[in-house]
Amino acid sequence: MATYHLETAFSEQAIRKLKIGDIVYFDGTLFGIRDLTQIYMFDQNHEPPVDMAGHPVIHTAPSLRKVGDKWEKICVGTTTSSRMDRFTPRLLEKCGVRAIIGKGGQYRQSLDAMGKFGAVYLAIVGGAASLETEQIQEVEEVFWEHLHPEALYKFKVKDFGPLTVAMDSHGGHRYFEVKAEAERRLPGIYEKLLA
Amino acid sequence: MRKFDYNTVEEAAKQVYIKALTDLPPDVRGALKRAYERESQPPAREIFKAMFKAIEIADRKKTLVCQDTGLPIYMVKIGSDFPWNGAEIKKRLSKGASRATLEFPFRGSSTHILTRINPQDSVGRGLPVIYWDFVEGSDSLEMLMVPKGSGSENMSTMKMFIPADGKAALKKFVLDAFVASGSNPCPPGIIGVGIGGTADLVMRLAKEAIARPVGERSQQPLIAQMEQELEDAINATGIGPMGLGGDISTLAVHIEWAYTHITQNPVAVNTQCWPARRARAIIHPSGDIEYGF
Ligand code: SF4
Repeated sequence: MATYHLETAFSEQAIRKLKIGDIVYFDGTLFGIRDLTQIYMFDQNHEPPVDMAGHPVIHTAPSLRKVGDKWEKICVGTTTSSRMDRFTPRLLEKCGVRAIIGKGGQYRQSLDAMGKFGAVYLAIVGGAASLETEQIQEVEEVFWEHLHPEALYKFKVKDFGPLTVAMDSHGGHRYFEVKAEAERRLPGIYEKLLA
Repeated sequence: MRKFDYNTVEEAAKQVYIKALTDLPPDVRGALKRAYERESQPPAREIFKAMFKAIEIADRKKTLVCQDTGLPIYMVKIGSDFPWNGAEIKKRLSKGASRATLEFPFRGSSTHILTRINPQDSVGRGLPVIYWDFVEGSDSLEMLMVPKGSGSENMSTMKMFIPADGKAALKKFVLDAFVASGSNPCPPGIIGVGIGGTADLVMRLAKEAIARPVGERSQQPLIAQMEQELEDAINATGIGPMGLGGDISTLAVHIEWAYTHITQNPVAVNTQCWPARRARAIIHPSGDIEYGF
C-alpha cells in the first residue's frame, strides 16, 4: 500500500501509477454530480458548462444554502455509485474525468473504460460526511442550479481523503477481489459455523 | 396532581433525533476503537482513522456524522405509573421529528411511495415508526430514537424457514445476507438478527437487536453462543471496513428472539451502519427530561 498526495488536475501518468489498495489524498478542484446531473448531461444532451478534464468527480447530493449569490456548505456526503455505472464510460471519454469518487464501486464497463482512458475509482469512507464537509473549503460554483441538489458542483478541497483506490487502470477491482476471497473462504466458514 | 405537559414529549422527540445524528453513543465509539486495535490491514486502518476524525468533527462542530438522516424510529416504553394519553404522545413524537428536521435543519428523507414527493420534514403517513411497550413499576416515559439510513436498511431481509431446516438454516441465512450486502451498509456495523415470532415480529426483533448497546450479549446462553458464532463467521469473511477488505467486518451480532409456531422457523436480518446512531430520553412525570443513549 502506497499513500499519495496529489493535486488536480491529475495527469494520466499519475493516475496510471495508482494500484488498488493505495491511499490517496488530494488538493484542488472536485466536481459533484449525481444521477440527475448525468441524465441531463448524457441522456438529454446538455454540454457541461465547465471543463472537467483531468479532474475527479464525486457522487453526491450536497446539502447547501444560498446566501446572496454565494453557496455555502451545510453537509456534503457521498452516495452509492453502482446506480450511475452506465454514465462512467462517457464521463471518462467525453469529459476527460480521471477519478470517480463514491461508495461501493462500479461494474465491468466502468472498469474497462478506466483501463482505456486512464482513470480510477476512489472509495470514500461512507457515513463520514462530517469529515468530507470539513475538507471542502468552498463551494466555488453551482452549474445547472435548477437541478439542485443534483446539479453540477465545483468544490475547492484540501487534503481530501483518505480515499482507497478500489478500481484502477490495470483491471484491478478491490470489491471483486474481496468478494472472490470471501467466496473462497466460505466453505471453511460454513463447516465451522454449521457443525 | 399537576397536569402533564405534552410539550416535553415533543421537545424530547426533537432533541433525541438531533442527538442521535450528531453524538454517537460511547459504546459505539468504544467498539470502533477496539475494532481498530484488532485490525491488521493498513488500508483498513486508514478507514477507521477517518471514522474517528468524522466523529471528532461532529462533536466539535455539533454537526451530522452521516448525511443520511434516515427515517425516524421511536421505541417508546411507558411506565405503569406514568400519566399518559397515547394519542397525544403519538402526535408529539411526529411533531418532534418534523421540528428536528426543519429547525436543525437537516435533509428530510421521507417520501410518498408512489408520487415520490418529499415533504422535507422526515415524517408522513405511517412515520415516524413507533414501537410501544409498557413497563411495570415505572413512573416515566422512555423513548429510544434510532434514525435509519437507507444504505443499511435496504439490505434488510427475512425468510420463513421450516422446522426441518433447523438452526443451521438460520445461521447460514444471516452469514449469506451479510456477504450479499457487501459494502452497501457501510460496514463494520451491527448485524441485527431476529429469530422466531411471526413474519412481522421477526423483523421487529431484528430492529430491536440493532438498537442494543454494541456488544451487549443476550442473557440467554443459547442465543449468546449463536451471536458469538455468527460474529466470528462474519469476521472470517475478510469483507472488512467499507467492504474493501480487512479483519473486522462487524462490530457485533445481536440476536433478539421470540417463541414461534410449531411449523415455523423464521429469521430476519436488519443491519446498522458503523455510525450506529441512537439516543434516549427519559421523561419523568415532573416534566424533567434525562438524555442518554
Ligand atoms: S449506510 Fe449508514 S453510514 Fe452509510 S451512508 Fe447510509 S446511513 Fe450513512
